[in-house]
Amino acid sequence: MNQTLLEVQNVKKYFPMPSRLFSRKKEFVKAVDGVSFTVNRGETLSIVGESGCGKSTTGRMIMKLLDITEGKVIFEGQDITDMTDDQIRPLRKEFQMVFQDPYASLNPRLTIKEILEEPLIVHNFNKDNRSQRVTELLETVGLSRYHADRYPHEFSGGQRQRIGIARALAVNPKLIIADEPVSALDVSIQSQVLNLMKDLQEEYGLTYVFIAHDLSVVEHISDRVGVMYLGRLVELASRDALFGKPLHPYTKALLSAVPIPDPTVKRERIILKGDIPSPANPPSGCTFHTRCPFAQETCKLKVPEFREIESNHYVACHFAEELEEN
Amino acid sequence: MEEKVLQVRNLQTHFTSDSGTVKAVDGVSFEVGKGETLGIVGESGSGKSVTSLSIMRLLKDTPGKIAGGEILYEGTDLTTLSEREMRKIRGNDIAMIFQEPMTSLNPVYKIGRQLEESIILHMKASKKAARERSVQMLKAVGISRPEKIVHEFPHQLSGGMRQRVMIAMAMACNPKVLIADEPTTALDVTIQAQILELMKSLTTTTDTAILLITHDLGVVAEMCDRVVVMYGGRAVEESDVVSIFTNPKHPYTQGLLESIPKIGERVDRLQSIPGNVPIPSHMPMGCKFAPRCPHAMDICWEKEPSFDKVTTNHSVRCWLHEEVPQDESDLVGSSER
Repeated sequence: MNQTLLEVQNVKKYFPMPSRLFSRKKEFVKAVDGVSFTVNRGETLSIVGESGCGKSTTGRMIMKLLDITEGKVIFEGQDITDMTDDQIRPLRKEFQMVFQDPYASLNPRLTIKEILEEPLIVHNFNKDNRSQRVTELLETVGLSRYHADRYPHEFSGGQRQRIGIARALAVNPKLIIADEPVSALDVSIQSQVLNLMKDLQEEYGLTYVFIAHDLSVVEHISDRVGVMYLGRLVELASRDALFGKPLHPYTKALLSAVPIPDPTVKRERIILKGDIPSPANPPSGCTFHTRCPFAQETCKLKVPEFREIESNHYVACHFAEELEEN
Repeated sequence: MEEKVLQVRNLQTHFTSDSGTVKAVDGVSFEVGKGETLGIVGESGSGKSVTSLSIMRLLKDTPGKIAGGEILYEGTDLTTLSEREMRKIRGNDIAMIFQEPMTSLNPVYKIGRQLEESIILHMKASKKAARERSVQMLKAVGISRPEKIVHEFPHQLSGGMRQRVMIAMAMACNPKVLIADEPTTALDVTIQAQILELMKSLTTTTDTAILLITHDLGVVAEMCDRVVVMYGGRAVEESDVVSIFTNPKHPYTQGLLESIPKIGERVDRLQSIPGNVPIPSHMPMGCKFAPRCPHAMDICWEKEPSFDKVTTNHSVRCWLHEEVPQDESDLVGSSER
């Protein structure tokens, strides 16, 4: 069997901007501007980045919830980029999504049973076993059968996120795209959900694409990590390499910015200047050059290539090697 | 002994609704000294934000009411002041920064006007002097072209910039106490680092006391001198920041610290606290944490423990620590007398 489950090839998403009066030129927000990666079976690939970097847009394109402007998404060898809704529907049960906001992603007028049955009905699951399957799902995520007839408002945030996960699991998917699944939860609940996701992965051999901004959570759950900045991947490596030996200056700054919950540790922090530029008007060349402490003339002119510096460690920086030596 | 600017004693804030009274804050006490940063940590529903709103007396438009206790600002009890007197204190002596910088700035006024308003009101400054002060404050919080920014509207600024404006506004009248309610929660990490750095430098240059309300233990470790941990409307532990992290006494604090993934520390499974945060209207009888506590004993379900000192500077509300070692308690007693 092929190792690769999902392949994303140079995908782009341009959102058109409202055109100005008398202006002929159509302008675009380049939310995602050429992102490529592969996801292997059974692994967790995380995509991290700050707001507006395009991580959620990337997730939605893989799910085909958004049209892809350019590039290809290949799932199990099948190019799904140009499939119509009818063509993709049977495939949808192979990849499911868990959303960030457990309050907004469950229909408040349906009972939990109805919510969990919906994907089973859509994918023609055997009718007689449906309610048994619902019970099974609830138990898998640590809830019980008597929760089935309740409505979403009767549950806490953590429980709702469990229901969201149960719904994604209902049709036995291979791939789950989780967009900030724990960021709306309290810390004590967050760890429960992270543990649950890990257990489920082991039990069902799931593959995760985990989209998040919290680096400590990402380090905990990932096998590989990709870092995005302004619509592009700037670094992609195994977890150990990325956290142990980050090569891109942005990754370094990002890691150093995370507050450490230990008052006895004092460390050197890289404070970046300025704000994240608007994706509607990204800087020329390397988009990070406006905030990069090591930026040089070349960085303003040339877009750095996303290249493999060490085995399976990709970086988009002109000077990654030189920075490494110092 | 250093001067305490703000003392909260046995604060009770209750919300009344048709279905009864909810004790959102139930007997919380703490003190903040000059130039000190006190962290209040807790999860949703722990009462940490209501505590800050009570201090500012901003509960007027809510069903909430301060039902008991004292809030002493330099010796004056804020709970007894009239709205008029309180207005003199707000913004001038005690200022506040809120979590969401977009909703706390007025969208229809330019930045300059919003900043000048409080300066003119509290410092009795002329319009011109107020403008100068605004520009100076914006510069102090690291805004690069303050003369231009005063002519812009809030929507033209990014989230980090808006939070800087909020801080500039809060610090404009040299307050003695700054209450920051989740000041960096809505911001990205790299911007958060900038804002925290800015707040730190402000305390050292102006000796402002900060009350930092947050759920992020990383932020606490970096910013605070002392910490109060809240759960279910009560303070469950209080101590200096190092002891909270190295020697937490309350099972809740311990659980909280163990449940956060830490960068550089790999574990296969995270420890987690079972169950859910309690709903304020359905608080357990005894210790509020008993239903989730791994060490819960019979007494925990029946009677709530008191908030007692385990060492001179470490208090905890837990039955496990009720029997203080004899020698230590003697020491505490004698040193105080």
